[in-house]
Amino acid sequence: MPGPGNRMKIDEKVEHPFRILGRVLGFVMRRYAVAFIVVIIAILATSYISLQGTLFQQTLIDDYILPLVGTPDPDFAPLAGALLTLAMIFGAGVVTSFIYNRLMVNIGNGTLLDIRNRVFSHMETLPIRYFDTHQHGSIMSVYTNDVDTLRQLISSSVPEFISTIFTVTITFISMVRMSLMLTLVSVLMIVVSFVVTGIVGKRSAQYFGAQQRNIAAVNGYIEEMIQGQKVVKVFCHEEKNIEGFVEKNEELRSAAKSAHGIANILMPINGNLGHISYVLIAVVGCAMALSGESAGMTLGTIVAFLGLNRSFSRPIHQLSGQINSIVLAMAGANRVFKIMDEPSEVDEGDVTLVRVKEENGELVETGERTGLWAWKRPNWESGETELIKLQGDVTFHEVDFEYRENHPILHDIELFAPPGQKIAFVGSTGAGKTTITNLINRFYDIADGKIRYDGININHIKKADLRRSLGIVLQETNLFTGTVMDNIRYGRLDATDEECIAAAKLCNADGFIRRLPDGYQTMLTGDGANLSQGQRQLLSITRAAVADPPVLILDEATSSIDTRTEALVQKGMYSLMKGRTTFVIAHRLSTVRDADCIMVLEKGRIIERGSHDDLIAKKGKYYSLYTGNFAEG
Amino acid sequence: MFRKLLSHIGKYKKFAVMTPIFAALEVFMETLIPYITASLIDEGVSAGNMGAIYRYGGLMLAVAFLSLAFAILAGRFAANASTGFAYNLRDAMFRKVQTYSFANIDRFSTGGLITRLTTDVNNIQNAFQMSIRMAVRAPLTLISSMFMCFVTNVRISLFFLGALVVLASVLVFFMRKVTKIFEQVFKKYDLLNADVQENVSGIRVVKAYVREEYENEKFDKAARVLYDYSVRAEKIMALAGPVMNLVIYALIIMISWFGANFIVAGDMTTGNLTSFFSYIMTCLMSLMMLVAIFVMLTMSLASGRRIVEVLDEVPAIADPDEPVTEVADGSIDFTDVYFSYKEGGGDPVLRDIDLHIPSGSTVGIIGGTGSGKTSLVSLISRLYDVSGGSVKVGGVDVRDYDIETLRNKVSVVLQKNVLFAGSILDNLRWGKEDATVEECMAACRAAAADEFIEQMPDGYETHIEQGGANVSGGQKQRLCIARALLKDPKVLILDDSTSAVDTATDARIRKSFRESIPGTTKLIIAQRISSVMDADMIIVMDNGTISGVGSHDELMESSGIYREIYETQTSGGGDFDEPAPGKEA
Repeated sequence: MPGPGNRMKIDEKVEHPFRILGRVLGFVMRRYAVAFIVVIIAILATSYISLQGTLFQQTLIDDYILPLVGTPDPDFAPLAGALLTLAMIFGAGVVTSFIYNRLMVNIGNGTLLDIRNRVFSHMETLPIRYFDTHQHGSIMSVYTNDVDTLRQLISSSVPEFISTIFTVTITFISMVRMSLMLTLVSVLMIVVSFVVTGIVGKRSAQYFGAQQRNIAAVNGYIEEMIQGQKVVKVFCHEEKNIEGFVEKNEELRSAAKSAHGIANILMPINGNLGHISYVLIAVVGCAMALSGESAGMTLGTIVAFLGLNRSFSRPIHQLSGQINSIVLAMAGANRVFKIMDEPSEVDEGDVTLVRVKEENGELVETGERTGLWAWKRPNWESGETELIKLQGDVTFHEVDFEYRENHPILHDIELFAPPGQKIAFVGSTGAGKTTITNLINRFYDIADGKIRYDGININHIKKADLRRSLGIVLQETNLFTGTVMDNIRYGRLDATDEECIAAAKLCNADGFIRRLPDGYQTMLTGDGANLSQGQRQLLSITRAAVADPPVLILDEATSSIDTRTEALVQKGMYSLMKGRTTFVIAHRLSTVRDADCIMVLEKGRIIERGSHDDLIAKKGKYYSLYTGNFAEG
Repeated sequence: MFRKLLSHIGKYKKFAVMTPIFAALEVFMETLIPYITASLIDEGVSAGNMGAIYRYGGLMLAVAFLSLAFAILAGRFAANASTGFAYNLRDAMFRKVQTYSFANIDRFSTGGLITRLTTDVNNIQNAFQMSIRMAVRAPLTLISSMFMCFVTNVRISLFFLGALVVLASVLVFFMRKVTKIFEQVFKKYDLLNADVQENVSGIRVVKAYVREEYENEKFDKAARVLYDYSVRAEKIMALAGPVMNLVIYALIIMISWFGANFIVAGDMTTGNLTSFFSYIMTCLMSLMMLVAIFVMLTMSLASGRRIVEVLDEVPAIADPDEPVTEVADGSIDFTDVYFSYKEGGGDPVLRDIDLHIPSGSTVGIIGGTGSGKTSLVSLISRLYDVSGGSVKVGGVDVRDYDIETLRNKVSVVLQKNVLFAGSILDNLRWGKEDATVEECMAACRAAAADEFIEQMPDGYETHIEQGGANVSGGQKQRLCIARALLKDPKVLILDDSTSAVDTATDARIRKSFRESIPGTTKLIIAQRISSVMDADMIIVMDNGTISGVGSHDELMESSGIYREIYETQTSGGGDFDEPAPGKEA
């Protein structure tokens, strides 16, 4: 997904890198403890064996080759024996390296799967508020960028880190045992390379930061202009557009040039510092050997030391080259954990929705599909449960609400929606119409007052059951990838094909669906991109119809449908609304005028209420809105 | 395809050429180093000759510094070349997109175009940089190290060469298999992300239907498929490391054995043996590098293809050879017009349209969704070309006009309109670049936008966020109308542009049109009957044809469809309020 979320945040600070690393490893250990320990052992073994290869060069020259030089009848048997032993060790090395590479595939991908699933399922529990207050692009980028950086961390950085520490330690011990003096030279050069890398790295980080900012600017510009490309065409704004683009593009080029330019020289600097270290050790070593002062400094020792020196510095250099990606991974992990740490929606309700049947005038809980539902309320004192028939009676009593503290949106809302009635909300933008419906299904919780559903305080109803009893159709349709049938069935997962088709017929969606290339089996992708807005709206109404809830909320459900089609949909809607309590938000008069009660909202208060005729007679706000329609007629 | 892409290097070509040259020099220096090391050991250390040690040590330092210098230069040139290349690609694509007609834009999805300009270019930049830095360097290192091996000892080198060939073919075989699986992995990955995207934007639906568990299962299934494919691919890759180790170890043992024999026989020195080991490592490293380049190029292939697609797209509409640069008046004539969005066939969305609109009149267009209203007006400013027949503005076929002239005189307020990041004035000046503040204010008055702008804290300097996210739907529509008015058009087309504006304001806008731009032909597409009732002429569209033309009264008599629309809407068919901001498409 392109978008603002795609930009890496390179200059983001990570507070507790070790805690984050610990958590990542925790995820690994949770499922793959044994495998991971085996991997670590295998890594250590592999590193150890590969070190043996280097060390063997010393023994080879000193113990097996030089003694033979000049002997008239050289005996190669000891050498053959040594090589055979080595071959066996090496064989083991190949096996261990296979073990760790192979296991790591499952550990890495498995942990990723685990993390992905956890992030996703946790995300599904987050309150609507979270989605309303966070950019969707940045939520997406947790999946598209950040989880992937973890893959890098788990399957490459961590093993490399372990093997580096091990190799470096072992090599260091061997080096010290061979010659303290030469070790000092070697360490000195590592320090020098750290200093140089530090200086270069710091500048590189600055340049990369600048590059990221410029990438963000260019991508933002591209996004904005391409999205508005048709407007650009209509206004012949192409030239101006190009001018603006060239400027930003050039800034990006120059920033990227500096960033890559400096990143590209980091490796050669370290590599050549390695050469210098090599020469220094050769010179110092030989000087020592020749002066004869240090005992045991043989030709073989120097050669081996040169090899060790390489095994010592190479992994350090490689690791320092990886620092950037480790920092990025940490920042990514940080964002992954941040979403995991978001508090879930709280649900302390204990009233549940159950199927019931009527026996001798009494409600009895049943597993059968009777079409009857009841609220099951446990009584704490008596320990018994009480069944209350689900009817769809909704009342608001002195309800206040605010999205942000001290920014009240709704004041003192009083509302009575008896079962089967149609309640309409009208009023201008920001008056609080949608907010009221958000409170009924508890997308948001009220600040003060009480909302009762069939006489039960909705805070006591289990959220899932509350929502199951409410059907909702929003202006934004949101269809899912899958067939048309799948999308309709979203309303009730156990609905049969026949039930889905019947619902489509009810809502007048059947006609257009049948005209689609594959009818009900037509695949929808990209939020139903291949359908018109009106068709998508019809599908989302059908989806609600399949759910067959006692209470319906229609939030601008028909605003994208032209009035002729709406008249058709309306017929379906009427049959749908029959016997159900319905809350309607609409700006079309035809949609609201037959409501049992119309609420006129202004600035979070209900300023007028009554039937269409009442309100017209009242000659208030509604009247003026209504007659305004025909002022110029 | 690669040639097509590479032709865009342009003035950065010199850097692209310099990079491998300096990389080659660097390789040369690097290859020398083990050779010097060998001399250092043999003539210096073994012979106990301090002078030789200093001599060779000094030489080695000099070579190392030279190598570093070349490396730095190569790195800089590479950065210069690759970022310049990316710059040119973006530039070419952006410019190309600006020449696209509506038909071209429709063919690519907006998201698709953005990815091509951002992610795909980035992929190509990385692949290109890697190629020019390494594509010469890696084979050169390989060949030169190999050469040095042969110089040192031919017989051992032959063994080595054999092993190398085997290793290379095994690796390439693996990689080919793996890249194929990886293509699948990427596809699965896209599916997974699409799933998340749907959940994030449709969270209200998910929660309203209590489908969290269902979505979890769906996601888990998709994630597991991704897991399966990734494991399948990486399982093969996991073999590469051990195979590599196997070859290295086998070589160490063999070389040790033969080396010992040769040294004892006096055919080789110990120094030779040490440098041999280091050449082998270098060779294997560059082999790995080559394989990596191979993989990277394969992966960037898809990106390259997508970029070339954008560049190769032929704009569907171009200026005629001798364009007319004057629009006489605002009269519009459709003669026998057929139109289909698909080139060469497809179901026509408009059939048999004959229509004559006198200059200066107000025309209402009404009809159901998909009846062809938008298509009809799109033809007037030549956003699309007709499939048959002709459309004339001011008596001249629209295809004979200079496109810019035509579009400046035929001003369209699109149904799906956008504002751009910048101040309100900046946005208005899209209509007329050098418009004075007074002109802008006048246009806003005519579009009934002046009131709410003046109520904003910064008035006309108020900053509009990308896409107009901080103004309501109705406000956005009125700003878009004002922007279109600033063009001082001969024809003004409003494509359902007041749907979010309340009816009273809508009426005010129409009234001000009558007064302020009487000479301009006004075409108003609307769903509300009240928006078109007072027009001089009302066109009723149905299923791609004109089903009726006339005044309100005439149509009430003659058109069943019109009457039906009227009846569903009167006695309360208007719109009440403005929908919440950001809610419209």
